[in-house]
Amino acid sequence: MEESFALIITIFVLAMFVGFEVITKVPPTLHTPLMSGSNAISGITIIGALISAAAENITLSSTLGIIAVALATVNVVGGFLVTDRMLKMFTSKRSKENR
Amino acid sequence: MTASWIGFAYLLASALFILGMKRLGSPRTAPAGNRMAAVGMLIAIVATLFHEEIVRFEGIVAGATVGALIGAIAAQRVKMTAMPQMVATFNGLGGGASALVAGAELIRLAEQGVAPSPFVSVPIVLGTLIGAVTFTGSFVAFAKLQELISGKPTVFPLQHLLNLVLGLGLLGLGGALILQPEELRLFWTILGLAGLLGVLLVIPIGGADMPVVISLLNSYSGLAACATGFVIQNHALIIGGSLVGASGIILTQIMCRAMNRSLANVLFGGFGATTTRTGAGPASATGPVKSGSAEDAAAILDAARSVIIVPGYGLAVAQAQHVVRELGDRLIQRGINVKYAIHPVAGRMPGHMNVLLAEADVPYELLIEMEEINPSFPHTDVALVIGANDVTNPSARDDPSSEIYGMPILEVDRARTVMVCKRSLNPGFAGVDNPLFTLPQTMMLFGDGKKMMEEVLRAINEI
Repeated sequence: MEESFALIITIFVLAMFVGFEVITKVPPTLHTPLMSGSNAISGITIIGALISAAAENITLSSTLGIIAVALATVNVVGGFLVTDRMLKMFTSKRSKENR
Repeated sequence: MTASWIGFAYLLASALFILGMKRLGSPRTAPAGNRMAAVGMLIAIVATLFHEEIVRFEGIVAGATVGALIGAIAAQRVKMTAMPQMVATFNGLGGGASALVAGAELIRLAEQGVAPSPFVSVPIVLGTLIGAVTFTGSFVAFAKLQELISGKPTVFPLQHLLNLVLGLGLLGLGGALILQPEELRLFWTILGLAGLLGVLLVIPIGGADMPVVISLLNSYSGLAACATGFVIQNHALIIGGSLVGASGIILTQIMCRAMNRSLANVLFGGFGATTTRTGAGPASATGPVKSGSAEDAAAILDAARSVIIVPGYGLAVAQAQHVVRELGDRLIQRGINVKYAIHPVAGRMPGHMNVLLAEADVPYELLIEMEEINPSFPHTDVALVIGANDVTNPSARDDPSSEIYGMPILEVDRARTVMVCKRSLNPGFAGVDNPLFTLPQTMMLFGDGKKMMEEVLRAINEI
């Protein structure tokens, strides 16, 4: 257990470093889509929700899981779609003609 | 526990998240980047469905259908001006989901009579705490942005003491839960009190500071997902959550710097609660104010060689983006060099003004950030300020006694002529007078942003 804890802490710290490196390079113009897009990524918690929701017997635990699936799905689906909608505005036909 | 190919699927998903965010580095590659991240998410979800513990699908299908419908409709319908509210809501839902997953795992272990080790129970407590604070805090932020409740800071005596006691109490309860993980009442108490703390932490923060709050809650929603990843020992959750956590922290710093405030000052300062705002009318400004008509403005613009348009949130409130873009286009057609100057806090969230102008079809190449455009003002003929106030206030640069001293501004006062389109001389969000309005080279265009710009456009067409 302790060994695997050291492993996941390592993954956590390295992922934070990668996050800082990648995100400092995002221009301010795209900060709103960055937020809504990263928001969708935080919906990755849906994986945990799926596992809790799909247990063999319906219990308090799986009920919480099902609610979590619904919340996280709003996050994932809504987040990616609205980001796509915004990003399309930045590369609309007019912008391309002006380039 | 998990089949190894599922682990590889999570690795692929994590790589796609990182590559996708990397592509957000330019507007041209960004749409593909967002789709890459979405594909990563799909891979992670599909792989999870093959997990050995996934036996019943009815609950998943029901939950996911409801969630997908709500998400898709909201994403289609939301107005770009309401984007901060939407992101706040989504932050809250993500945090709430993480808190519930942490709780579900705790309850599952209790149901099976397994006592979780501290390596599991500590992240359960953290995930519940952060997730619940994010959930309720985000809905207060939503209510403030939507103006369902007053945007002014809600302050009351002993507020900080109450929050401190509540915070310490939560830590104590968390410790107790780690020692007695089978005591589920402790979990529910923590969930409830953390939710209360989320409300109490956001109500004293003013509407103008919401960009910082949303960024911070964005970070929390990622960290909550991270904590949940520790609970179920899932690498994809930890990596995805860390990326979002890092992103939120960076945006929070950028927003704080743009307002020259420390994070502590934003969170605990109750800024604007004590400053009484002066009423309407010129009483709040000193010195003579020169005001002009749309025709005057059109004549000056037509004679200019370079124009910088400075949009503020007032422009979006007046729905003037489209007419301003038309005006900008007309000036460009007449051979005038036109740029748009964007202050980091021009909108209600990081990058908000850029999205509002992109929606009105202003090419992103014309949107110039503050540091880059400030050196251009001294050799610019006209700075046209529409619906912006505090971000152009020269006292932030020149007057050490000013409340907003030190806040980086767009140096519009260095342009040869400044036109300010504004409803009245009321001070802005910060409640601070703006000496820009009384400068000799400043001409005020009093009126609704949209109507005034329509009149200016009409007048230019007649020249």
